[in-house]
Amino acid sequence: MLRLEKRPIPSRFWLYATPVVAVILTMIFGGLLFAAMGVNPFAVIKTIFWDPLFGEFAFYLRGQLLVKAGPLILIAIGLSLGFRAGIWNIGAEGQYIMGAIFGAAVGLAFYPTENRLIFPLMVIAGAFGGWVWAMIPAILKTRFNTNEILVSLMLVYVAQTILAKASTGFLKNPEGMGFPGSRNFSSFPAAANPELIAGSGLHWGGVTAVLVALAAWVLLSRHIIGFQIRLTGQAPRAARFAGVAPKRLVVLCMGLSGALAGLAGLFEVTGPAGQISIDFNVGYGFTAIIVAFLGRLNPIGIVLAGILMALTYVGGEMASTNLGLPSAAIQVFQGMLLFFLLAVDVFTNYRVRFGRVEVA
Amino acid sequence: MLRRTLLASAALGLGLSLASGAFAAGMDKVKACFVYVGPIGDGGWTYQHHQGALELQKAFGDKVEIAWQENVPEGADAERVLTQMALGGCNIIFTTSFGYMDATNAVAAKFPNVMFEHATGFKREHPNVSTYNARFYEGRAVQGYLAGKMTKSNKIGYIASFPIPEVIMGINSYYLNAKKANPNVELTVVWAFTWFDPAKEADAAKALIDSGVDVIASHTDSTAPLAEAAKSEGKVVGFGQASDMAEYKPSPRISSIIDNWGPYYVKRVGALLDGSYAQADAWEGISGGEVKIGEITEAVPADVKAEAEKIRDEIAAGTYHPFTGPINKQDGSPWLAEGQTAPDGDLLGMNFYVEGVTGDIPK
Amino acid sequence: MDIAGINLVTLIASLMVAAVPILLAAIGELVVEKSGVLNLGVEGMMIMGAIGGFMVAVATGSPLMGFIGGAIGGAVLSLFFAVLTLGFLANQVATGLALTMFGLGLSSLMGQGYNGVKPPPTGALFGPLGDIPVIGPILLGHDWMVYFSILIVAVVWWVLRYTRTGLIIRAVGESHDAAHALGYNVARIRLLCIMFGGAMAGLGGAYVSLVRVPQWVDGITAGAGWIALAIVVFASWKPWRVLLGAYLFGGITVLQLRLQAAGSSIPVEYLSMAPYLITILVLVIMSSGRSKAALNAPAALGQNFHASR
Repeated sequence: MLRLEKRPIPSRFWLYATPVVAVILTMIFGGLLFAAMGVNPFAVIKTIFWDPLFGEFAFYLRGQLLVKAGPLILIAIGLSLGFRAGIWNIGAEGQYIMGAIFGAAVGLAFYPTENRLIFPLMVIAGAFGGWVWAMIPAILKTRFNTNEILVSLMLVYVAQTILAKASTGFLKNPEGMGFPGSRNFSSFPAAANPELIAGSGLHWGGVTAVLVALAAWVLLSRHIIGFQIRLTGQAPRAARFAGVAPKRLVVLCMGLSGALAGLAGLFEVTGPAGQISIDFNVGYGFTAIIVAFLGRLNPIGIVLAGILMALTYVGGEMASTNLGLPSAAIQVFQGMLLFFLLAVDVFTNYRVRFGRVEVA
Repeated sequence: MLRRTLLASAALGLGLSLASGAFAAGMDKVKACFVYVGPIGDGGWTYQHHQGALELQKAFGDKVEIAWQENVPEGADAERVLTQMALGGCNIIFTTSFGYMDATNAVAAKFPNVMFEHATGFKREHPNVSTYNARFYEGRAVQGYLAGKMTKSNKIGYIASFPIPEVIMGINSYYLNAKKANPNVELTVVWAFTWFDPAKEADAAKALIDSGVDVIASHTDSTAPLAEAAKSEGKVVGFGQASDMAEYKPSPRISSIIDNWGPYYVKRVGALLDGSYAQADAWEGISGGEVKIGEITEAVPADVKAEAEKIRDEIAAGTYHPFTGPINKQDGSPWLAEGQTAPDGDLLGMNFYVEGVTGDIPK
Repeated sequence: MDIAGINLVTLIASLMVAAVPILLAAIGELVVEKSGVLNLGVEGMMIMGAIGGFMVAVATGSPLMGFIGGAIGGAVLSLFFAVLTLGFLANQVATGLALTMFGLGLSSLMGQGYNGVKPPPTGALFGPLGDIPVIGPILLGHDWMVYFSILIVAVVWWVLRYTRTGLIIRAVGESHDAAHALGYNVARIRLLCIMFGGAMAGLGGAYVSLVRVPQWVDGITAGAGWIALAIVVFASWKPWRVLLGAYLFGGITVLQLRLQAAGSSIPVEYLSMAPYLITILVLVIMSSGRSKAALNAPAALGQNFHASR
């Protein structure tokens, strides 16, 4: 008889060992899947995990990992603050879209003026857009006690409709021959968010993600608000006695996560994506929820989880192009990785005991 | 800006030696790569492009190697996938969705020796970027004629996706030719605001049917509208879209527009092999084989079928243009004078309904 | 019976059909959440049901077998969730999202080669009775799954409210520690609830691929699972309100397309956001001015249970 026994304190060893174990397990089971599909499993796994980091084209792909991980980290950190306090914003995708639209609209309003102030202004507008979109569920929650999971999720669909309207209507490129999509920011230097060092993949979004991760770490470990967030998540009643105003915390956490998601959208639209288009959003807002949990809601963990996630995307794409795997196989592989990461995590907080349960 | 681009190309220079080949030299073996916006299993747009890729493989056998990537989001991901492909030795890359336009041109700038072919776009900023598209409105004309003749209620419907020129062009062509066949015809357009959501497409078809429409054309990708029409026991008919959708023959699917990219892919890669490749802006229709009219079934009376086939052949021969004046815009202002045919530029940027279509284009 | 060019009879008849997938998935998720488990993987389980049901129906030629296959498909995928959250005490939110990703990929792998295949048809249950004016299309003109979905709602309501099983499920969802102390096997009860939720989501998915669309294409459920999740919260965990929510949502979706077909002058983009905005609005009205208890959320929702606590 196997049973789990809670550890008095989380195991330091397993804290670092679990990701490694999970990746190895995924390689074994994923390898079996690829072998069953008639592809050399060793080639696939090398392509996914090794090539983007150390392969022939790593000089390019390492940067791309940053491009892919940046928005995931930025959004996940914002979400993790709320999740810790039991505030469930699952509509980051919508806030990401609105940040992009607000920021892009401000930038395009100045086209073709060249001024150093335009980009900072857009950054503010982007954060504002995401913040506003997150404030809707936050205020409905504090005023009417409306469930924030539902409202934030519903608002994703509304944001998508607004995005479609923006790209076919009010932000449409007037020189785009009637096609949907805004002007491309790469041809509007004052509003663009290019790579800071050519070939590095690092743009302002990546820089911001790192800064935000550090700030969140400081906030959680050193600041009274961080303490309040952690306390509310662990013991809501005690938090109330300790003088935490729950409504203020909802507004703060939702607002922060919305603003960060909005920032991610703004950096993406002005940089890697380049323009507002109907299909601008690619699910970062949802994937970031997984990243937040994989990182155990810890800022440093989230940075690592974001990079791992990006690795499976970038490497998975290569495996799929070079080895002719359907992209669905990669998706299954990613799903497996997440399952194993989530499963082995149990050993951090619990130990396995053999023998019968003793009656207390 | 310039400095940044130069640095980037220097950094990527390593990969260039792999991507050998030049414009006029001719090649022994070509690696052709395809970037798809959806899954191959979508049964529509991406599926048809992949069929074209397979046809290409078959046509040249050992001389061509193909590779592809499904489900590539437009934007940053497209740029990365394109760069990976170019680095990985692809000689020619087909980017099969409008949203890849800027990414295609950006990557093409860094890989002057790799040929890029962008579907449905208009930007060719570098000598190694070509664009290709198909004149689907020609197929819509044949469908419009059939719709005008087959409707008993004089109400025909169109399930539209997004308000973009491609779709508006199709609606106008469908309507004008239906009107020609049947002056009493009325067109109802429903905007689904999606390319692909089978359940919503089914609802849209049902909404049209319940409002009295008995011929439905769709510009979304799934067979759901046909399946909905099938439930009417022969009262409602429709058309296959993108692929033949032969499983709904002979009714409700009375004909179809098939996106047939194979001939173009064979032609372009063939040109790369024999050294005759040159930058191009291809917009072929029924005559070039890119738009195929699927079999008109026995549910259509023989004389109507014959006339529809005649329209198809006249379009192919260039003796009939689906947009031939006099045509006014919806607001009554003149667009084409008597006998004038629509210039390609007007069609590619089309943002208005022609006279007689009711409702507004969402703005 | 026409209002603004919309025929009410056909509107009601078609919204009943449109709502079936989200209704089934939502009623399953309601039971799961009542037992204190939040499974966000509904979309993944639905699409596994869609492909599972489709494959079985095509292989056997029987739609009934297809629906059973769909339920099994969804339930099998839900087992992954159960093992992770109950056995390995993994976070439910993250596991649910991973489940959706896994299910979407796996269904696409399994579905290769099923493009363009037509499944066996599922006919109307009462045949010609459906042609009776007004009541025919609304009450008698549907396939059996429409009635089955309503029946399931009634059964779930009855079980949760009047039976011992229901009491145990609710007890586990309100306080797993108390239920454990009373001698109930919390993990086993939750496992069964999760599998029921998976089976219902699978049935809903199978309804999409066998009746609503009917064909197999990648990503066929197109987000219906997310709507089902929203409807459970919207219904404040009450079975009949799930029915109401699903019909309301299905109704607004169908209505907006019909308004377009009727030539309404309301701009399309506002119509297409309407289902989401109206859902929010109704929720605000329902939740305002009530105490927290009236919202009815299971107290232990989303928390994992470990016996040694």
